[in-house]
Amino acid sequence: MFEGVPIQWFLVLATAMFFIGIYGFLVRKNLITMLMSIELILNSVCINFLAFNKILFPEHLEGMFMTLFIIAIAAAEASVAIAIIINIYRRIVNIDVEKMNEMKY
Amino acid sequence: MFLLFSAVILVFSLLTVTSRRILRAATFLLFVLVSTAGLYFLLRFNFLAAIQLTLYAGGIVVLIIFSILLTSHISEKLSIPPVTKRIYAAVAAIAGAVLCIVTILKTDFVQKSLDSSRVDIRTIGEGMLSTDKYGYALPFEVISVLLLAAMIGSIILAKKRKD
Repeated sequence: MFEGVPIQWFLVLATAMFFIGIYGFLVRKNLITMLMSIELILNSVCINFLAFNKILFPEHLEGMFMTLFIIAIAAAEASVAIAIIINIYRRIVNIDVEKMNEMKY
Repeated sequence: MFLLFSAVILVFSLLTVTSRRILRAATFLLFVLVSTAGLYFLLRFNFLAAIQLTLYAGGIVVLIIFSILLTSHISEKLSIPPVTKRIYAAVAAIAGAVLCIVTILKTDFVQKSLDSSRVDIRTIGEGMLSTDKYGYALPFEVISVLLLAAMIGSIILAKKRKD
């Protein structure tokens, strides 16, 4: 299955996905879509770790454990971020980043 | 198989960041996450692919969809960002991507002889709880404290205030 695939392809795929996420993070204004871009970025990093682990260093499982921890941190981050977003929505009925400066005072 | 999965990932992640309907963007994100799990299956990380499917595709996407339904109308379309902003963001992203890809293609990677063995759960559990050189007991405990803190924090944040 993956035997014929060189590691560069995995890395190029992950790079493309990472920068698509960066583009979305820069362009979007809605907070939830920015959160989705962050999920894209985290996923591309996971692919990178796993490809390195399987193809370059198959003796140990370092990349796999790193990916497990990344997934756990992503879950925690998403839940806290969504709690914050819903709280903001309750106060000012809008979740665009440009309106966020109303929170300052 | 790899080409199929990577094409699905690229196309749907582009659609995720450009779609104007926010619920559709969340659905495209779900497709991206599922085909990432397919890539993990290709790399023989079966346990991790299952985690990816249940936690990301099952948990986080459902959470995102719920919060979309709570905070916006379904028929509502996102405003198109201004052209200059899109151009600047695209230039930044493409420049970074080209830089990274050129570096990747220039590097010589020493590929080991591939073992296509699967990782069994026993190895994962022992690695998680051992304190040897390749044991991850400390990060495991730290991540459990982090998850507890995130749970308490999000409950407190999302709770209704009595004032």
